[in-house]
Amino acid sequence: MSAAEEDAAVREPLDLIRLALDEKVYVKLRGDREARGRLHAYDQHLNMILGDVEEVITSTETDEETFEEFTKTTKRSVPFLFIRGDAVTLVSPPLRS
Amino acid sequence: MSPSRVVPLTFARGAIEKIAKSRSRRADVKSTRVLDVALFYSYFKTLVGKPVTVELKNDLAIAGTLVSVDQYLNIKLENTRVTDEARYPHMRSVRNCFIRGSVVRYVQLPEAAVDVDILHDATRREARGA
Repeated sequence: MSAAEEDAAVREPLDLIRLALDEKVYVKLRGDREARGRLHAYDQHLNMILGDVEEVITSTETDEETFEEFTKTTKRSVPFLFIRGDAVTLVSPPLRS
Repeated sequence: MSPSRVVPLTFARGAIEKIAKSRSRRADVKSTRVLDVALFYSYFKTLVGKPVTVELKNDLAIAGTLVSVDQYLNIKLENTRVTDEARYPHMRSVRNCFIRGSVVRYVQLPEAAVDVDILHDATRREARGA
């Protein structure tokens, strides 16, 4: 197998993330948080550095009178963000069209 | 990092740097700095002296100058300021602190200190070695 084929092979789950390097990824985190951004670095703990990150925090609030629950999303943008791997629950590579 | 890996890495580093130098495209000293095997530990070492914002898992966000970092990604900050002082008034007098690595959720990095090409190279090298 050539070096290029070796690099493109998916043998273990982390290989999928390796192929997503320098691509936009979707990351789901503990605490109803999600982040979308360009994957610049990662390691085996799923520590990551993302660029041009948009973080979305989803929280539920209860209306004090009707006791109706509604969800609220808070968005913010960060140029470069290190994410500690122990908060990561899911990583999705970009959709190929 | 398991103890058995520690010793081989000392000379693995020499080999890695040799490989890096043979890749003529980025054979400068700068690119070999992040090539240590513990990728993020090495990377954070290059950020010492730069301003960062550390966000903890309890939502406290602390901005300060990075003083040092260790293999667990424990972090020491100086000239710290809590981003939301109104919510955490008891933190107003804290100007130096040590943060246990495991309670960190995010670290916001200074844009000027991020070289994405070096990060990509170091990540690929680490992925190959791991």
